[in-house]
Amino acid sequence: MTQPAPAITPEIVAEHGLSPEEYDRVLAAIGREPNLVELGIFSVMWSEHCSYKSSRIHLKKLPTEAPWVICGPGENAGVIDIGEGAGGKKLAAIFKMESHNHPSYIEPYQGAATGVGGILRDVFTMGARPVANLNALRFGRPDHPKMKHLISGVVHGIGGYGNCVGVPTVGGEVNFHKAYDGNILVNAMTVGVAEQDKIFYSAASGVGNPIVYVGSKTGRDGIHGATMASADFGEDAEEKRPTVQVGDPFTEKLLIEACLELMASDAIVAIQDMGAAGLTSSSVEMASKGGVGLHLKMDDVPQRETGMTAYEMMLSESQERMLMVLKPGKEEFAKAIFHKWELDFAVIGTVTDTGRMVLEHHGEIVCDIPLAPLADDAPLYDRPHVPTPKQPELTNVPETTDVAADLKTLMGTPDIASRRWIWEQYDSQVGADTLQTGGDAALVRIHGTNRALAMSTDCTPRYCYADPVEGGKQAVAETWRNISAVGATPLAITNCLNFANPQRPEIMGQIVGCLDGMAQACRALDYPIVSGNVSLYNESKATGGGSAILPTPAIGGVGVIEDLNKAVGIGFRRTGDIVLAVGERAGHLGQSVWLREIHGREEGPPPQVNLRCEKRTGDFIRTAINAGWITACHDVSDGGMAVTLAEMALKSNIGVLVSEEQPFGVAESFFGEDQGLYLVTVCDTCLADFLDAAGRADVPVDPVGRTIKDRIVFELEGSDHQVTLAELREAHEGFFPNLMGADAALA
Amino acid sequence: MKTAVIVFPGSNCDRDMAVALEQVTGRAPAMVWHRDTDLPDGTDFIALPGGFSYGDYLRSGAMAARSPILRSVADAAGRGVPVLGVCNGFQVLTEAQLLPGALMRNAGLNFVCRTVPLKVENSQSLFTASYNAGEEINIPVAHHDGNYFADAATLDRIEGEGRVAFRYADSVNGSARDIAGVLNDAGNVLGMMPHPERAIDRAHGGTDGLRLFEAALGVLA
Repeated sequence: MTQPAPAITPEIVAEHGLSPEEYDRVLAAIGREPNLVELGIFSVMWSEHCSYKSSRIHLKKLPTEAPWVICGPGENAGVIDIGEGAGGKKLAAIFKMESHNHPSYIEPYQGAATGVGGILRDVFTMGARPVANLNALRFGRPDHPKMKHLISGVVHGIGGYGNCVGVPTVGGEVNFHKAYDGNILVNAMTVGVAEQDKIFYSAASGVGNPIVYVGSKTGRDGIHGATMASADFGEDAEEKRPTVQVGDPFTEKLLIEACLELMASDAIVAIQDMGAAGLTSSSVEMASKGGVGLHLKMDDVPQRETGMTAYEMMLSESQERMLMVLKPGKEEFAKAIFHKWELDFAVIGTVTDTGRMVLEHHGEIVCDIPLAPLADDAPLYDRPHVPTPKQPELTNVPETTDVAADLKTLMGTPDIASRRWIWEQYDSQVGADTLQTGGDAALVRIHGTNRALAMSTDCTPRYCYADPVEGGKQAVAETWRNISAVGATPLAITNCLNFANPQRPEIMGQIVGCLDGMAQACRALDYPIVSGNVSLYNESKATGGGSAILPTPAIGGVGVIEDLNKAVGIGFRRTGDIVLAVGERAGHLGQSVWLREIHGREEGPPPQVNLRCEKRTGDFIRTAINAGWITACHDVSDGGMAVTLAEMALKSNIGVLVSEEQPFGVAESFFGEDQGLYLVTVCDTCLADFLDAAGRADVPVDPVGRTIKDRIVFELEGSDHQVTLAELREAHEGFFPNLMGADAALA
Repeated sequence: MKTAVIVFPGSNCDRDMAVALEQVTGRAPAMVWHRDTDLPDGTDFIALPGGFSYGDYLRSGAMAARSPILRSVADAAGRGVPVLGVCNGFQVLTEAQLLPGALMRNAGLNFVCRTVPLKVENSQSLFTASYNAGEEINIPVAHHDGNYFADAATLDRIEGEGRVAFRYADSVNGSARDIAGVLNDAGNVLGMMPHPERAIDRAHGGTDGLRLFEAALGVLA
């Protein structure tokens, strides 16, 4: 059954998301009118999602190199040296974060599940066994009529997929803001570990080598997902449900095991997963990177349905599929492995020297286009951008009347409340190497060693909105800080850049500003970016909001601790310990959670990140932890020092008496979201060494109070404000169960 | 001491189980593929690991229970070889009718992953001899279908025969009579939802699971 070839009308071009100018580029590239298959291929390869046409010019400014970087951006995931593993083998961490925002809003369970599946494939396609999943989620107002359904679906989707494939979900972050009412964000990160001499890349080579398709069959699901992810949501968002893919974690698990089994041999020349834009982007990228051509026989593509056209097969986003180039003669050997795992295996073409992509279907050539223009001639835009105006300084900030009461309120607010309801639905322990979830950074032992990976995902979108440059710096610095706070050395980051419509100059200004801030922080902290993903057009008219999301450059950081026994957690260890603040204090209330939640004001400039102080303080904290001086450590973030103290107290059910004179006003001192600031307890016999080393490192240390039993007491001039840990715990633990209720699982 | 871990498509705690067995016996277990029909000669301990065999399709454990290797596992169990099924392994053992009852979706409908206190009900079995009767131990759970069900007569019988190995100290998943682990009538087959292989090392935050392996494997050493 061949499809009659429709004439390419301007309407068809527009439906494919190409502008008239871009279509002219297509005509110039191939020297004639494309047919529908060819147009489809150009449209997905030149979509924002695949081509980064609006962001590429600015992404180049990010630092991507360090002596420990093995492979930076451009491959399926970034690769860094993490030292020796069991048996002295040199190991690499391979990691990336990716968005699945649009599908997750339309169909939250499958959207989130396939987001996890996709990022897992990006990592194991390079030869790594995935060892940890993390995520970064943004939802709208908790009381928005659609939100419970979205939260429930996303959490179940992430768990449903990750739990089944057997990769522990060890960390993540969740924020709520009305700007996400019509466009939630689901960013998933996977970290894997490979031997350095068993890393696989995607550049196809070797004329005549077989091109092999493995995994699930191709169906009609997810056609044009990449194009959907490259436009705003209209009011018809719901009708786009058929463009969302359906995941099967069981097949993914088989695919992981089969690929890793084959990768233990020397049969593979190149391998690439089929993610967004499926067979099109995987084949085009493999050929382009290798500077070769491809001849594919579409009849040989394993198909789930009969009567599929070449167009449908090339644009399908069916999940759990991979494309490989094998060494000649290895087909039977590889096939036996995939058949053992009950997966499809088909030779669907060969590598050629033509530099062209030729597709054959039912004995006819249905596509014959030069490959170079698909990558090289992709549109590149330097879109107009205006810098975000600076926020005026805060004025008329009221003083708090009861620190303890405000603290109790904050502990139950959406952005600070306990996420237990979420993380208990994720298998965080499979692999039996998980050492810590929650806390500042997740810790996962490098299997068979005494060393561990430390990982954290962070971003504070309200800071990025108020000041993109400072917000970009802060997002990077916070992951660096969180990794330092457990005692690990931060090594590199991945990012997932979520923004609204880049064709609006103020949004483009947010993108440029955030990237500028991120680049500054990466340079100052010696903390390069090795992989990433850009998700634009995150705005929606679907809920009547017409609203853009807050700029959300989510960062995922990875570090290593050399001796896992040295790692520290956030919980106080015993009563009678002195609590110290380490770092510069500023009492900064602009854009604080306290100001927003207690006074309903989202105002002021965000806190500044002084990158030199940040580095100095973090380096000192890490040294002090590895020297064994620090017994508990937690960095100050949302909600300021009061919330930090409360989290340390709730972790181990030991309270704190805050008795020391504070450097600023009461609200500023306890709720200011100062950056590069840590609270620690130090062992008695180490205090002198600790203070001495801090002095030499030029890091300020301020006493805050000491640990006591079962309550938090703020001893202030004139009056004591206090709250029991039981009350705090009730507020902290109540939010999610109250919101989601018993019917939460029914979505 | 020759141990074996059965690997189904979708098993995902097979490696963790192998690490635990090797840690205790000093010898790596045989990893036995579900399609094999025979266990290695002289196998004297069999573990069915956690995971999602066959993606939990149809019912969790149902398809794995019909794998070729299960006939050999049943034969070995009949000869008195110790068989430990953890999580999905427990589900497989009930589906294979080597243990009574069934495991249904958690009462709260959500997957639940947390370390839970267990009460040791029977400290006389070969798996639990290192514990004291009534002792409380902490072992992680991670499951969606851990809600143990059997009819009242069966529950009365297994309780009367001392075949409830462990009980949840607090309700976790709606299990009948808070049953977390069940023995067969000969006492050589144990199925349990909690994961002892995730509590064998100080880095796990506790080593209560190690004692189960030490007892089960030590008896035979």
